[in-house]
Amino acid sequence: MTDRDRVVETARSVVAEHPPATTPQRAFLGACFDAGLAWVHFPEGFGGLGVAPGLQAVADGILQGAGGPNPFWLNPMGYGMAGPTVMAHASRELAAQLLRPDYVCDEIWCQLFSEPGAGSDLAGLATRAVRDGDTWVVTGQKVWTSNAHKARRALLLARTDPDQPKHRGLTYFVLDMTDPGVEVRPLRQMTGEAEFNEVYLREARIPDAHRLGEVGQGWHVAMTTLMNERTAIGGGSSVRGSGSIGTALRLWRERPDLRTPALRERLVHLFARADAARLTGDRQRAEAGERIGPEGSIGKLVGAELNQDVHEWCMDALGVEATLYSGYEPRPDGSPPPVEGEDRQRMFLRSRANTIEGGTSEVLRTILGERLLGLPGDLRADTGRPWSEVPRG
Amino acid sequence: MVEFEFTPEQRDLRAVAREFCTERFAGPEVRRLVETPDGFDREVWRRLGRDVGLLGLALPEELGGAGAGLVDLALVAEEFGRAVAPAPLVGTVALAATALRLAGDDGTAEELLPAIAEGEAVVALAATDDRGAWAPAQPTVRATRTDSGWRLTGEQAHVLDGAAADAVLVLATTETGTGLFAVDGAADGLTREPLSVLDLTRRLARLRYADVPARAVGEPGQAATAVAGARDVAAVVLAAEAVGGAQRLLDMSVEYARTRLQFGRAIGSFQAVKHRCADMLVDVEHARSVAYHAAWAQDAGTDDPRVAADLATTVTAEAYLRVAKNTVQVHGGIGFTWEHPTHLYYKRAVGDAALLGGRAAAAERLAAAVLDGPALGGVA
Repeated sequence: MTDRDRVVETARSVVAEHPPATTPQRAFLGACFDAGLAWVHFPEGFGGLGVAPGLQAVADGILQGAGGPNPFWLNPMGYGMAGPTVMAHASRELAAQLLRPDYVCDEIWCQLFSEPGAGSDLAGLATRAVRDGDTWVVTGQKVWTSNAHKARRALLLARTDPDQPKHRGLTYFVLDMTDPGVEVRPLRQMTGEAEFNEVYLREARIPDAHRLGEVGQGWHVAMTTLMNERTAIGGGSSVRGSGSIGTALRLWRERPDLRTPALRERLVHLFARADAARLTGDRQRAEAGERIGPEGSIGKLVGAELNQDVHEWCMDALGVEATLYSGYEPRPDGSPPPVEGEDRQRMFLRSRANTIEGGTSEVLRTILGERLLGLPGDLRADTGRPWSEVPRG
Repeated sequence: MVEFEFTPEQRDLRAVAREFCTERFAGPEVRRLVETPDGFDREVWRRLGRDVGLLGLALPEELGGAGAGLVDLALVAEEFGRAVAPAPLVGTVALAATALRLAGDDGTAEELLPAIAEGEAVVALAATDDRGAWAPAQPTVRATRTDSGWRLTGEQAHVLDGAAADAVLVLATTETGTGLFAVDGAADGLTREPLSVLDLTRRLARLRYADVPARAVGEPGQAATAVAGARDVAAVVLAAEAVGGAQRLLDMSVEYARTRLQFGRAIGSFQAVKHRCADMLVDVEHARSVAYHAAWAQDAGTDDPRVAADLATTVTAEAYLRVAKNTVQVHGGIGFTWEHPTHLYYKRAVGDAALLGGRAAAAERLAAAVLDGPALGGVA
């Protein structure tokens, strides 16, 4: 039996034994995890089957095709980033403890990376972790943290040696968000919602057993997370017409009164771009060996700019209707604006962040240029200098 | 057949095609060929067919082909495109051979297809009107039945490989509709005027028919289907050629950006140049995905073949043009010179965008399929 057949057979039997329509979400996800369909490339016993990562799409097609939940939407940082990072860098005991609650969404995850002084230059971050016996004491401020207010655990990157050049003085931890030294404050954004947070760390304590990788190796570990983040954000769907282009296609179908030849011309080219991006994701997954490398940045880069263009098209199509927006009043987290149809305006505003979050388009183009094409690096002011001597502000 | 997964045999095929193109279509050779009357080397073409077996890949085995599919042909086309090879691949192997295969005329197919596969016959598909418009509803060549057989009268422009062809497959008007007719390249009454072309690597000709003896090919009702099917195959071949050409341009641009020094630095270290190269990479990757997808759609039914072909034309034409423009820009002044290869590719991209009805028509068909009708499978 090929690996593909094994994945197909396993997924079909999970769906048969735990029909998504009648099985509680947690129980269904638990069954998927135990069957090795959570992250198919992980080892058996850790939510995987030890097969190629490209086969995850095969499993997802069957599980989600039968109405099962998409774990990425339920716990994006947990499923997309924490899982692969924990598997790659945690001890087997810690991985065994963390992965199942992550996948079944008992524990939501967030990512404590960006800081007010460290955006694109993530390795310049200033949050300090100081060792105190078997624990680490962490103090600093993080920002743009999605889901921090719901999260039980966080992926944390902190500075353990300020006298090393910036990349070498970092260490990576798993933080318990219920620690009394953690304070989460919502951060209101241009859509009116507070999807992100600021997180203040005041002598938060982390057991050394929850360190991922060696002391000083945090950047190396963070690369696992970031590559998975970009693949997850940009990985897209292999279903034609899903994602943001689907919003535009639905609007086109449902509102014949809005149609003009100019909008039709723009939309077909947006569709072509979206479908090319979708097929490129499919092709990369088919070609992926053990892990998707920097080529995953292509999907993130394209997806972000495409989202913005698609939502801009929707605003143009809506015309004067697009000038109304009822989304600034406080409302439950993640819910659309109260007036029917105005989620398009919210999505349009929200898409502005797409080319910033998870790696700016500028950083991604640099990664493509240097890592995939082999172009030489830019001149840098901080190379080789101790972090403590690099100008900041 | 899993989409995007090449078999070991297909990888070998690509290697063979690349080796052949590297050897036979090196830069100086391409420049020599575009100066010749036919625009290609018949002996090289024969070797491609008879010795290397690349021309009959997508033809049925009983007609001298290899019985492989369009995926295999696309891999070969990609290597031709990389070399910007002047050869009648699109005109003969994609257009004419497919039209012959679909026309429903076993006799003519059995006569011409093995000769195409062997590289012995160059055949053009003349499916334009007298102004070069592709697949007109009312062809400007009229076929008349006489006591001594069919005779053609009229004119066609922009016929790909029309001047060099040993035989021409003509889309003509009859009393009962449109039909396909085979004409000998040396037939009495046929005048062939090579046109001065912008893309030097693809030859176009004006064909004038003055009472030219012709043979009807297939049933008249089949002609439009055969021509449309030929276009779908040729669109995939063109798309695959664009992938190879764009990849070659990207490789050249990156190499230049790594080695060209200004202000004491490689220009590729400047973000303005680096990011332009990154955008070229995205274009190449997207082009590759839609081109391969269109090939698989025809071979394995992974998508509606016509939607996939029109998607491939829309995306690859734009990508190839943009990559070629960016290549000129990255190279600076040297990229604008006659001696530098970039202009051959740039003009290829410009010309391809107008072939087979052009990329605007492909986008229009795509819009009709995706936006005007009922929702496509999977489309919201």
